[in-house]
Parts: sequence; C-alpha cells; structure tokens
Amino acid sequence: MAATDQIRPTSAALLNTRAPRRPANMGQILRWIILFLGGIMMIMPIVYMLSTSLKWPHEVYNVNLIPKEPTLENYTYVLEDGRFFGWFINSIVIATVTTLCNIFFDSLVGYTLCKFRFPGRYIIFIAILSTLMIPTEMLVIPWYLMSQQFGWLDTYWGIMFPGLMTAFGTFLMKQFFETVPNDFIEAARIDGLNEFQIWWTVAMPLVRPALAALAIFVFLGNWTAFIWPLIVTNSVEMYTLPVGLSSFGDEADVAWELIMTGAAISTLPTLVVFLVFQRFIIRGVVMAGLKG
Amino acid sequence: MYRNLSIRQKQIVWAWAFLVVPVIFYSVIRFYPTGNAILISFQDWNLLGKRTWTGLDNYIKLWNDPVFWKVFKNTFVYLLLGTPVSLVISFLIAYHLDKLRFMHGFLRMLYFLPFMTSAVAMAWVWRWFYQPVPIGLFNNILASVGIPQISFLNSTTNALPAVLAPAIWAGLGFQIIIFMAGLRAIPRSYYEAAHIDGVSTWTVLWEITLPLLKPTIVFIVVFSSIGFLRIFDHVFNMTTNNPGGPLNATKPLVLMIYESAFTNFDMGYAAAQTVVLFLILLVVSLLQLRILRDS
Repeated sequence: MAATDQIRPTSAALLNTRAPRRPANMGQILRWIILFLGGIMMIMPIVYMLSTSLKWPHEVYNVNLIPKEPTLENYTYVLEDGRFFGWFINSIVIATVTTLCNIFFDSLVGYTLCKFRFPGRYIIFIAILSTLMIPTEMLVIPWYLMSQQFGWLDTYWGIMFPGLMTAFGTFLMKQFFETVPNDFIEAARIDGLNEFQIWWTVAMPLVRPALAALAIFVFLGNWTAFIWPLIVTNSVEMYTLPVGLSSFGDEADVAWELIMTGAAISTLPTLVVFLVFQRFIIRGVVMAGLKG
Repeated sequence: MYRNLSIRQKQIVWAWAFLVVPVIFYSVIRFYPTGNAILISFQDWNLLGKRTWTGLDNYIKLWNDPVFWKVFKNTFVYLLLGTPVSLVISFLIAYHLDKLRFMHGFLRMLYFLPFMTSAVAMAWVWRWFYQPVPIGLFNNILASVGIPQISFLNSTTNALPAVLAPAIWAGLGFQIIIFMAGLRAIPRSYYEAAHIDGVSTWTVLWEITLPLLKPTIVFIVVFSSIGFLRIFDHVFNMTTNNPGGPLNATKPLVLMIYESAFTNFDMGYAAAQTVVLFLILLVVSLLQLRILRDS
C-alpha cells in the first residue's frame, strides 16, 4: 500500500480492506470444518469398500480403515476366477457402443428438429417428447417378448437395443444446436457442402461440450444399468458387471471382502474417469440437468 | 431428379432421410411396446400357454391383492421419505458450500463422488454395513461404543429406511450440483441491495434465495420423485435372499412387477402393474408441477 493511501485512501485501497470481516471468518471456518467432515462422511462407503477389498480375510471385520497388511490377493483371486473379467469386457463394450450410437443419432435428430423446416416436424417432436413420460419398466415386458421372438435374448444386441437412442439426449442436443448460428450453415451450403457434411463438419464441432455431457450421462447410465440386463441375460458369460456382481454376491458363502472387491472393480472405472475430468463432468452434469 | 428440386424441397428430403432410422426406432422400440404393454394387461398369459382376453380381470386381481396394497404403500413411503429428506440435505449443503471459496472444488468433489458409483455395487457395500455383529460395520461401531445392536435389514420397521439411505446418499451429489448452479444464477445485485438495506441473512434466504430458486426446486422435486417411485436396484440387491423382504416390508412396485413377470411368468398381471406404475408417475409429476408452479 502506498504511503499516500494511509492519509487519503483511494477507492481501490478501500475495496481491499477487509477489517470488519473478522467475526464472519470464524463462521466461515466453522462452516468449512462442518462441510469438510460431511464430505468425508459422504465418501466413507467408497473408502470402506476400497479398504476392505485390500484386507486379508482375518482383518475384514475390524473397523480400522487402513489395512494392517494391505494385499492385492482379493483382486488376483477375483480376476483369476475369470467371470469378473468377462463381465467387465461386456460392460465396456455395451456402454461404449451405446454411447457412440446415442451421440450419433441423438444429435442427428436434435439437429434435424432444430435446423430444418419440413412437414411432420411438429408431430415428430411431440412424439419423441411423449416417450419421456413412459417409464422403462412398462416397456421391459414387451422388449423381453420381442427379444424372445427374434432370438435377441442373451446377446449384446439384446442388452443394447432399448438404449440406442434416447429422447433425453435428443432434446439436450436440440437445445444446444439452437446456439449454432444459421449463418454458418448457410455459408457451408453456399460452399457446396451437402446437408450431412454440414451437420458433421460444421455443426457437430460447435456443440462438443454438449456431446461430452451426453456421452457422460449415457455411458454412466449404461455402465450401471441393472434391471434390463438382468432380465435379458441368462448365461453367466453374458452378464454385465452389475448383474454379475449381484449374482456373485448372492452365491452362498461368498466372503464379504470378495464382494467388496467386485464392487470396487465395477465402481473404480467411473470414479477414476470422474477424478480425471472432474471440472468437465460437473459442468456437463449441470448442462444436461438444466437444459435436458 | 434430385437436382431439379428447389432448395426447400431438398431440405425436406434431407430431413426425412436423417429421420428414417430414428422414426423406425421410436416406433418399434418405444411406441409399439407401450401399446403392447397396455394390451397384455387385459390378457392372461403365462408365456407358454395361450393368450386369452380377460378384460379387467388383472386390474381387479390387483385391487384385491393385499400384497399390492402393501407394495403401493411402500412405494409412496420411499417417495415421501426420500424426496423431502434428500431435498433438504442437498439444499443445506449447497447453500453453505456456495459461500465457501477455500478448497471449494475439493469439497464439491467429495459430495459428488457417490453419484458416479454403481447402485448395485453400493447396495452391496451398504448391505455389508448393515450386517449384525461381528460382520457389519455399523453394528461393530455401535458395539465398540457399548450401544446395543440394531437390526437393520431383518426388521420390518427398519428395513425400508435402511434400503432407502444409500439411494438418497447416491443422489445427493447430483442435487447439490444442480442447487449450486441455481444459486449462482441468482443476480448478485439482489444480495447487494439487501445488504445495503441491512436485511438479516434469514430474511434474505426466505425472501430472495428460495423464491428465486423455485425453478431449480421444481426440477429436483420432480426428478427425484420419479427416481424414488421407480426404486429397484437397491432393494433387489440388499434383499436378494428374500426379495422385498422381510415380509414385503421393503418391496416397491417395480420389484413386484419384476417378480410377477420373470419369477411367476404372469405376464398379464405384471403388465397391469406397469400400467399402474405409469399412471402413478404421471399423476405425481403433474400434481407436483401444478402445486409447485402455482404456489
């Protein structure tokens, strides 16, 4: 602070003084501590899951958080068993393919509804919107009958087909294509690009954040999906991670540390992805939540 | 031929070309099954035998089924406990977290982390927590402090809240993030004006923050209500030895649908239940939108 400020403070110096905030700071510290403790409580189930998956059987029922002799024995056991590895692959394939499919079709439909004027537009819009009202549970019985008839039971296609397009994703993308200026599209049209090229090379790159938000939601949704994969799969090899974990846990005499290991295996990938892309994912969730 | 079309006509052709596959998808995978579910709800069918028309028999059977009324009640208990509890907790956390700058991102990460977990995995973790001594974490902690054990999943009164807790826990992160976005969207100038007028924090909360947060609250209430009415993963996985037990104390409607359809293969009966679920969701969301928007 310059010497003259002490005689007659400038407005900048005035704004920087924070003397009267002392009592408030005590409150802030208290608030921080309470929220910090609350946050620790929030992640406790995850921490206990991880810590138990690293314990030897004799230590599992101790409440101590840090294993005395940490071991990866449970992971080797579970992975050597082979089933979890297969379920992991199934889940990865299904979640990835479904996500790519949603990104392609949801944005294509969203773009068409947003940027084209054609007869039938309004009807299509209302029709897709109305599917948001129908709960998945109402559709699983007909889907099951359909899968049975066409031989889709116990196949990747059978697990994936209901989720290949979503109304939620379509509306999310439609909202975001509103932000793409029509002039860009006109300019591309004059340059001689066809409509598909305009969508793919001009419009799509402009809505990348929305695509990422959609990808996160669809991937997470399919990674954790339970009821439909449970219904449509019969053989152990075709299970996804949640279905596999559920049947594994239900087997008689399975040790809790092994169940925790299985739970960790099915949770860690999404947790790691989140920790890496944290800011990005939270922004995506807000966008999807508020605009979708 | 395409060359002779006007620009507008070309656009119509393109639009429908883009929509062909999606229109087929939505018709076959969404609309046809919806109609089919309603149709099956008027039939009697065990998947192997013949489909016979029975009119409203499935609905009458449902009306007279004591298990259905128990399940109906459970489903609404999940809703009436889950929605307010998660709304209040997430608002309190978001409201205070919004006022902190120090390590803000880190705290937010702690609260959001459970949202990224899989419901099945966490149901098993919590199931382990709830086991009696010497297995379960909660009872071990209670025992070490000298408090008598609590029976969680085996008690008809405690089981439902015990199953609901992880569902609330996992959803909090999402609601907190949405609340914080809503809080950020309130213009600073309102608070500054209130500050100059010397209005108390409490009044600011009730007169400025909450009224301006209404769209966010409506969204969270409707969104989380639909989630609690459709609860399944947690219940199924925490009670696999006796689905929906003890004595149907935790059974929600979706679990009853699953059992009717895929354990008892009573397709018509299950379809009738799905129609009821659809109506419940519809009525509850419309009522909430009505009440919350108008008030």
